[in-house]
Amino acid sequence: MQEHSMSFVRTEMTPATAAPRSQAGIGAWLRKNLFSTPLNSALTLVALLILAWAVPRMLNWLFFDAIWVGADRTACLTTEQGGELPAGWSGACWPFVTSRFGQFMFGRYPLDERWRVMLTGAIFVALLVPLMIPRIPWKRLNAALFFGAFPFIAYFLLVGGVFGLRYVETSLWGGLLVTLVISYVGIVVSLPLGILLALGRRSHMPIVKLLSVVFIETVRGVPLVTVLFMASFMLPLFVPPGMTFDKLLRALIGVALFASAYMAEVVRGGLQAIPRGQYEGADSLGLGYWQKMGLIIMPQALKLVIPGIVNTFIGMFKDTTLVLIISMFDLLGVVKQNISGDPTWATPQTAKTGYIFAAAIFWIFCFGMSRYSIWMERRLDTGHRR
Amino acid sequence: MKKFVTGILGSAALALSASAASAATLDDVKAKGFLQCGVNTSLAGFSAPNDKGEWTGLDVDFCRAVAAAIFGDGEKVKFTALSAKDRFTALQSGEIDILSRNTTWTINRDTALGLNFAGVTYYDGQGFMINAKKLPGVNSALQLSGASVCVQAGTTTELNLADYFSANNMEYNPVVFEKFEETNAAYDAGRCDAYTTDQSGLYAVRLQMSSPDDHVVLPEIISKEPLGPSVRQGDDQWFDIVKWTYFALLNAEEAGITQANVDEMKNSTSPDIRRLLGSESETKIGTDLGLSNDWVVNIIKATGNYGEIFERNVGTGSPLKIARGVNALWTKGGLQYGMPIR
Repeated sequence: MQEHSMSFVRTEMTPATAAPRSQAGIGAWLRKNLFSTPLNSALTLVALLILAWAVPRMLNWLFFDAIWVGADRTACLTTEQGGELPAGWSGACWPFVTSRFGQFMFGRYPLDERWRVMLTGAIFVALLVPLMIPRIPWKRLNAALFFGAFPFIAYFLLVGGVFGLRYVETSLWGGLLVTLVISYVGIVVSLPLGILLALGRRSHMPIVKLLSVVFIETVRGVPLVTVLFMASFMLPLFVPPGMTFDKLLRALIGVALFASAYMAEVVRGGLQAIPRGQYEGADSLGLGYWQKMGLIIMPQALKLVIPGIVNTFIGMFKDTTLVLIISMFDLLGVVKQNISGDPTWATPQTAKTGYIFAAAIFWIFCFGMSRYSIWMERRLDTGHRR
Repeated sequence: MKKFVTGILGSAALALSASAASAATLDDVKAKGFLQCGVNTSLAGFSAPNDKGEWTGLDVDFCRAVAAAIFGDGEKVKFTALSAKDRFTALQSGEIDILSRNTTWTINRDTALGLNFAGVTYYDGQGFMINAKKLPGVNSALQLSGASVCVQAGTTTELNLADYFSANNMEYNPVVFEKFEETNAAYDAGRCDAYTTDQSGLYAVRLQMSSPDDHVVLPEIISKEPLGPSVRQGDDQWFDIVKWTYFALLNAEEAGITQANVDEMKNSTSPDIRRLLGSESETKIGTDLGLSNDWVVNIIKATGNYGEIFERNVGTGSPLKIARGVNALWTKGGLQYGMPIR
């Protein structure tokens, strides 16, 4: 090895310099994401213009010009409509929502019994939140309480008629209460039933397979509206007079069976994505059918189809609004009922305000479900990404 | 097809009503302890929940009156909200005891569907509303030739509209919408010259317009829509109770008996009033109906007379401000005529 008197290699690192101005900072971000090509620049400008036009109007209508307190329709009327607001005024009429808030939440559930609904809701949240946070222990007990005990507690609390609680018939229920009851039952019934149906459809036992296929295809082949219609209008004609089935029960059964059929197909998609080697590996370990499914296949399959499962839940949550056609009033139904039927609040702004309120509530629930599922997907991601 | 389905439903309903009728509805209602009443899911002035979530409206109050006649308590009634499609099924299957849901009295419903109409609690009819600022000088529907008319799709309203314009040799341009809210919004935005639906509905629509005072309901009524309560065929006693509750409300108004003065009126010297209120000692009017003799007193205490019910729900006491018009008593030039109670 020769020694050179002159070194060609630096002995120390050059100090790091800041990235060039064109590659870092807000300017670079803007250029890269918003103004990278002339077309993108144009689109950005158009989008900004639309936002600049729409957002202030929306905020004005929703908050700044909105009316917040009032006793009846005159609070939200302009001078030319018989009220006191300046002519040409337009804004949300929130006192309509506040005066009907109880109905939007509980329907016509008796006023002095509403603590029962709130207690049920509190128990629901107290059981659901720890179940959803992975760090909190006692998951098995928690799940057993949430899926096993809670339905009974909720039933006795909401329906009553026992332990000195007044009986509250379901025709008085309404609003968010009905929406959540139908969704909860739909979700709790459809996931296990859907998994069983999916397994049944892939089973090698002909009768189980046939029954699963027939159920899934029949239920998926008929619109939910039709089933609700039949249950509501035709069924009463075929049972002995005076005998009636609870309308809410009809809706619950219809929605739960529906969601199960869709869920079965979602789960089946997950099952099909699992490589054959996983089944064979489980078999070679000497696992029985249920062990194989429960320990090897299902955990992988369900993880793959989380977006599909949550999609079905969200779809079902919104489908609950269809119960309006059998004269059950879910959140949207109650809002509609109060808009069209009530002259004390009939103003040009009432309908918009009511619908926006309903949309906001639905959005909060659906967005919550969606974000939780994305978070869960990331957490369970163990490298199946392609 | 629609006729066929209606036919099937009708005959199924008739077959069932035969068996349902054998039970006396009054006894069932008394045993239950409350009256089950079918009302509209929501119709301004006729049945809608108020701020407290209680049902209010003209149709609702009629049910309260029947409950008061039976139990002496207008609160002993439960309401079932019904859509236009399931209302008759609900009555025939026995789910409800009385249908008080702005239902038009027609021969088809009286015969094929097996209903009995007890009276007409509100004489309605299809009418027109126009924007008087846009169409100054129009004060009759006959001047609407060439107009565009906002109408909701799939209703008899649409057919009546076509019939009326062709019968009067007038041109018109229907602007049809699927939903009530859309129809309102389009009319308010000026997309059509006139809006047509039942007149009672027009007054409710007017309240949602951006300038209600500009809109005028034209006097012409182009269809007959007598709305009234109905019961199942085959139970005459029950039919009588509902029918005479209605007449009692009318007679009370005619005699000037109100919620406020009913107790004083019991001591009135007029034999008519004393008979109506059951103050005559030997009266059997109430017991003949299967009720108590102070049934009319109970009704008036619970709901007031017909005029009071009308004014409170759709008349001057309500935002709708509908004039009595043909719904005034016969003594005041209207059509409401209470058969004599004696």
